[in-house]
Amino acid sequence: MMIGQALRDQQRELTVFRNRLMLSGFFIVIAFAILMGRFTWLQVVQREYYHTLAEANRISVVPVVPNRGLILDRNGEVLAANYSAYTLEITPSRVANLDRAIDELGTVIDVSPRDRRRFKKLQEESKNFESLPIRTRLTEEEVAKFAVNRYRFPGFEIKARLFRSYPQGEVASHAIGYIGRINDADVKRIDINGLATNYKGTDHIGKLGIEGAYEKDLHGVTGSEQVEIDAGGRAIRSLERSEPQSGNNLFVTIDLGLQKIAEQAFQDFKGALVAIDPKTGEILALVSKPGFDPNLFVDGIDPQNWDALNNSPDKPLNNRALRGQYPPGSTIKPFMALAALEYRKRSPEFTISDPGYFSLAGVQHRYRDWKPGGHGMVNMHRSIVVSCDTYYYGLANELGIDLIHDFLTRFGFGSRTGIDIDGELSGLAPSQEWKSQRFGQKWYAGDTVSVGIGQGYMLATPLQLAAAVATIANNGVAVHPHLLKSVQDAKTQELRPWKAMASADLPLVRPENLAFVRDAMVDVTKPGGTAAQAGAGAPYAIAAKTGTAQVVAMKQNEKYDERRLKQEHWDHALLVAFAPADDPKLALAILVENGRHGGTTAGPIAREVFDYYLLGKKPANLKPLDPGAEADDEHD
Amino acid sequence: MNMISRIFDIVSRRIDGPLMAALALTLALGLTVVYSASGGASFERAFSQGRNLAMAVFALWLFAQIHPQLLMRLAFPAYVVGLALLVGVALFGEVRNGARRWLNLGITTIQPSEVMKIAVPLVLAWYFHRREEGLRFRDFAVAALLLVLPVGLIVRQPDLGTALLIFASGFFVIFLAGLSWKVIGSMFAAGAVSLPFLWSVMHDYQRKRILTLIDPSEDPLGAGYHIIQSTIAIGSGGILGKGWLNGTQAQLDFVPERSTDFIFAVFGEEFGLVGTVVLIALYVLIIARGMMIAANATNTFSRLTAGAITLTFFTYAFVNMGMVSGILPVVGVPLPMISYGGTALLSMLAGFGILMSISTHKQLVSS
Repeated sequence: MMIGQALRDQQRELTVFRNRLMLSGFFIVIAFAILMGRFTWLQVVQREYYHTLAEANRISVVPVVPNRGLILDRNGEVLAANYSAYTLEITPSRVANLDRAIDELGTVIDVSPRDRRRFKKLQEESKNFESLPIRTRLTEEEVAKFAVNRYRFPGFEIKARLFRSYPQGEVASHAIGYIGRINDADVKRIDINGLATNYKGTDHIGKLGIEGAYEKDLHGVTGSEQVEIDAGGRAIRSLERSEPQSGNNLFVTIDLGLQKIAEQAFQDFKGALVAIDPKTGEILALVSKPGFDPNLFVDGIDPQNWDALNNSPDKPLNNRALRGQYPPGSTIKPFMALAALEYRKRSPEFTISDPGYFSLAGVQHRYRDWKPGGHGMVNMHRSIVVSCDTYYYGLANELGIDLIHDFLTRFGFGSRTGIDIDGELSGLAPSQEWKSQRFGQKWYAGDTVSVGIGQGYMLATPLQLAAAVATIANNGVAVHPHLLKSVQDAKTQELRPWKAMASADLPLVRPENLAFVRDAMVDVTKPGGTAAQAGAGAPYAIAAKTGTAQVVAMKQNEKYDERRLKQEHWDHALLVAFAPADDPKLALAILVENGRHGGTTAGPIAREVFDYYLLGKKPANLKPLDPGAEADDEHD
Repeated sequence: MNMISRIFDIVSRRIDGPLMAALALTLALGLTVVYSASGGASFERAFSQGRNLAMAVFALWLFAQIHPQLLMRLAFPAYVVGLALLVGVALFGEVRNGARRWLNLGITTIQPSEVMKIAVPLVLAWYFHRREEGLRFRDFAVAALLLVLPVGLIVRQPDLGTALLIFASGFFVIFLAGLSWKVIGSMFAAGAVSLPFLWSVMHDYQRKRILTLIDPSEDPLGAGYHIIQSTIAIGSGGILGKGWLNGTQAQLDFVPERSTDFIFAVFGEEFGLVGTVVLIALYVLIIARGMMIAANATNTFSRLTAGAITLTFFTYAFVNMGMVSGILPVVGVPLPMISYGGTALLSMLAGFGILMSISTHKQLVSS
């Protein structure tokens, strides 16, 4: 019975066991079926989706930044070049305590206070996840030192990059401009122009001058490389590469030799000079003194240097040639004379007796000539040679502001010349309309009188003066001043010359009138003329006109006495000129701030520039420019 | 009889042919995947796994030689020692990665929970074998206590994965012994009711794993990263796979823990659906053979032990593949016979050794 019971129990237990085992087997089949369903879903149905994700995981498209085009002068001298260097960069977002990390870095390689300040400034201007240079131009030794200590500096990285350098330093800095790190405004501009793709990987952009204006040519086309990366983001191998296309090289119209001579000729004076080939409009020299070293801007300028440049009373960052608006003074007289001839308001023979002042009918006010007591008998020719103010007071009054405005506008005054770099200002050729809009006042006859000698409301930039005098030199045909000579295509090496905008090429004035004024301008540099010093002993004829622009207004009875004035209130000296007079090769406008006398300060500068350009002569020894020298000089 | 055949005789004694063949195929496949998952550049890991394998196969052979009767006698002492060690861990254990799982015995460091993987099903089978005259509810209560003690200690370490697997192995014994459906039903009901409580005593990382399963994209760089990358790996393998050593997800390190717990992602990526079908087929073969051995076993202890070992093996495989393919939460369970690592392999093959012992000793018992 017991055994039977036990056996039955055992039998029952075995049945239960086998049933449950069967049940488990059934469950296992279901479980594996679920898994197979899952795998089929992932590996068959969703395969494309996961394949795409896997590819996106492993393939990273890295932009390959093109080499920036070079900037060369007209003779192939390098003005802006690239060099490859190591930089040490930090991604701030990946560093916990930035200051401490940089302190620690200082124990491995040199980190100057300047580096730190510059980095701080960059950091303020950029986003936290951007990689910013703390040190540039690392030596091989420094790279090695850092590499050994790399593990201590997460978020720090050595990168080999191309850098811009400006081997000429300050020379022609205002024409060349500079590149700097891309800022928010640049990003917006890039986006608007649909260039975001092309600027992936690029962190510098042309800011000013040629670098800014021809950014599109210089930048080139960004290439790309498909790199296989691992989960840590390390590149394993290159899968595919489309080569970048270097930027185009630019030949500019600047003649580096001439530019250097012109800059040196200014010595310590501030001012501007624009030298134009009057037949083509090519700008051979563009000087704005003082200049600046564009190399400072490339890696981000440090605050100290920035303050020094930005807050200096000398305003080295201001491009005086394009943005300095000065009263043209007597340099306007040849244009006034031309206007009078064109409108037949004066004949060349018309002669006045100059008492040393001019008065409008019925008005007590006397407009004084720069020469007390006057110049005596003055016809149009002599009015230019001796720069007689009285003659032009009357002439302007007779022309009236409407004709003056029309005529000056033809020569480009009051509007931008359209030079191919940014930032140009338009000067001011005043008119009745302008005055009523600007001040809500009517135009007075007295306003016209001042404009007659390039004062009053009249303002012009050195570039405008150079373009205007080049028009006289080019037989009255206006040329478009420009800095680009040709673009060398990076692909074909082919040179594409600069193309002028279509223009009429018609003279603005009658040739006989032009010849008359030009002859008078030649005599300006002859003995008895206001720029006799500039022409003395020159084997070629120079046509010129001097000018002086007041910095502070004189009261009616006040006498200009420079001994009582601070130097920054001394008059500016101006000169427009071209040479050789019979077949002009170079036209100039010179402005010397606080240079006082066009003949004695601007004149020698013009002569050195002409001598170099026309004779290949370098100034033997520079005589100091002396604005105090009393010559037979104008002074209006 | 020459030398060679004598050696062969000794080696193959008490080895179950069909089971051994299926195991050998799976283990060979595992070695090739470990080699690939370790970057395919050096044999170092594959060699080290080979060494583990040699030890584990020896353990299999050793356990196959032990008579089930002896095993049954050893079950309770082994359980007691294991329990003592677990208490030791709780008191003096070494903390690694925030978990107290290891016990330093001076000569070597051991993980007593591994001992319990074998000892728990054995002790339960032993207990039921002793009470075979007729099981009462009281017997199941004692069995439950035998199970809950070690599992509770392991949960506290904390080692949820191991605790779950040991609980499963013990539960399988109780289930196969014939625990009434009413009790099973009420247990699951109680489990469901206690879920909120369980949730409240869970560690943050454990909760995160469960949340991550529901929506891996919520924390793509943290907890969800494992699941996202492993499903990408499996899915991108397609039908035929990317080829051995050619899985980009695996070789470029996107799959975390690719040679251990997540090795199935490497396998799925490189061998595709075809590979996963083959692997599951091998697992099914092993399980089927295990169930046959269990069904034909001649006494309660052997039956229950063989059944529990087989079902536990299935649980390992299912939980691991389910977790790597994103349908189960991430718990630290290796893929049986494939994942790199010696300890799990050792206890796994020791278990199969017991199966073989049961399979080859049954004639003696019945006679």
